[in-house]
Amino acid sequence: MSARRLRRRFTSGLMTLLVCALCGVAVLALFLILGDLVVKGASSLDWNFFVKNPVPAGQAGGGVANAIVGTAIIVGIAALIGLPVGIGTGLYLAEYGSGRLGWTVRFIADVMNGTPSIVVGIFAWTWLVKPMGHFSALAGSVALAVLMVPMIARTSEEMIRLVPHSLREAALALGYPRWRTSLRIVARTALAGIVTGCLVGVARIAGETAPLLFTALGNLNFSTSLLQPMQALSLQIFTYATGPFEDWHRMAWAAALVLMGLVLLLSLAARWAIRQRHVAR
Amino acid sequence: MSPAEQRRQLETVHLTALYGRRPVVKDVSLLFPANTVTAMIGPSGCGKSTFLRCLNRMHELSQGGWITGRVLLDGQDIYEPAVDPVQLRRRIGMVFQKPTPFPTMSIHDNVAAGLRVNGKKSRGETDQIVERALRHAALWDEVKDRLRSSALALSGGQQQRLCIARALAPEPEVLLLDEPTASLDPGGTQRIEELCHELKARYTIVIVTHNLQQAARVSDRTAFFWLGRLVEYGDTADMFTKPKEKLTEDYLTGRFG
Repeated sequence: MSARRLRRRFTSGLMTLLVCALCGVAVLALFLILGDLVVKGASSLDWNFFVKNPVPAGQAGGGVANAIVGTAIIVGIAALIGLPVGIGTGLYLAEYGSGRLGWTVRFIADVMNGTPSIVVGIFAWTWLVKPMGHFSALAGSVALAVLMVPMIARTSEEMIRLVPHSLREAALALGYPRWRTSLRIVARTALAGIVTGCLVGVARIAGETAPLLFTALGNLNFSTSLLQPMQALSLQIFTYATGPFEDWHRMAWAAALVLMGLVLLLSLAARWAIRQRHVAR
Repeated sequence: MSPAEQRRQLETVHLTALYGRRPVVKDVSLLFPANTVTAMIGPSGCGKSTFLRCLNRMHELSQGGWITGRVLLDGQDIYEPAVDPVQLRRRIGMVFQKPTPFPTMSIHDNVAAGLRVNGKKSRGETDQIVERALRHAALWDEVKDRLRSSALALSGGQQQRLCIARALAPEPEVLLLDEPTASLDPGGTQRIEELCHELKARYTIVIVTHNLQQAARVSDRTAFFWLGRLVEYGDTADMFTKPKEKLTEDYLTGRFG
């Protein structure tokens, strides 16, 4: 009896230790990356880094203002295209997607979720960059939007599915038409969750590099024209990090830190949205 | 007033309700006179809830749900192709077993929810209707100072009365109550039962209940369902004191159920 108890205690302790150790490995990697970023990037961060454009290699100073603005524009346009389509698809899947069409859409979304982002980039290059004859920020936005739609669709669907069926019935029994029930009651009840999913989706595509390589291309100058090549933080990091200059490497670290900071801000906004939902309940 | 003199508000004629090929309500013909409370009793799974959901065409929204037979509201068959089920449900209010306040809406907006789909009304008009509905549901005094706060802040019993107010606001002709007190404490149950007595002056009420004492307390007439069939229907007082059918007697005396 006592021996069995001892063995159980030993196994339990061992397993707990194992799980903690594995968790530690994951967290350690995360903190190493974060720490490295801060150590190597923070020293290059100053006001100029945010407000100045890049200077030619070898010169001192300069910043990544064009890349910060570029990322904001490219990701913003991508969100404008991707969010309505994604949320709409999610609403369709959750509310009307029980048939064969729903199954097909869901399957395609899952496959697209697993598609490497560089493939999406090639797709955008073939269908937008090539016919237009030049690289453009718009092509980059479309590529990012395509990446975003399946992600947003599936998370929105999950969030909408969480709304109790009884609420739908209550609205229908009040004489709400079905579409109005979906929009006014179901989607609105799931709104906080949908918003959270959208913010996470936006944060994820903000760091994408591969689809932008042959769409938005990058730009050394400050540009806000959607039809011209545009710089983005991720592209800037790629250029700087693969370049031969010590100064560039330093800038790459700093740009990476800025990008990380932006994503962190978005994630915090997502957390805040979740909190709002719980406070409301 | 004898049943013959009363306006025949709601009536089913050979109503059979099915899920796919499986009938759950079998050939039920029932009459719900105006301004009376009719209770539907019977063991779980006897089809009384499904029957209730046929009366406002909610049953057809369930997977595989369809009916044969007729349901007449003021003499008109509500299953005729010309009848829009969405419009119909605005004339027949329903309250469910669990309170279902809309979580994103305030107390005021919950009650006004059914008004909005009925066409635009001025704010003053809406406020008046909301107050009247809340008064009828005996909730006004408890919430009048916090109409703008979330409906989820209310207790379970209050939420259920809110749902009744929400069903009353569009002024339906019939009120369907599907075990409205199943998730309430005795105090909340008593309030709802008192409400039934007050509301029947203005509405035709059909209440499904598991609770025999409740049926005896609130209803004028009682229908006893068993395995999808209507076994007995009559004045509540008669049925509870001298049931005609052996089955009814056995159920009422607790020999099964």
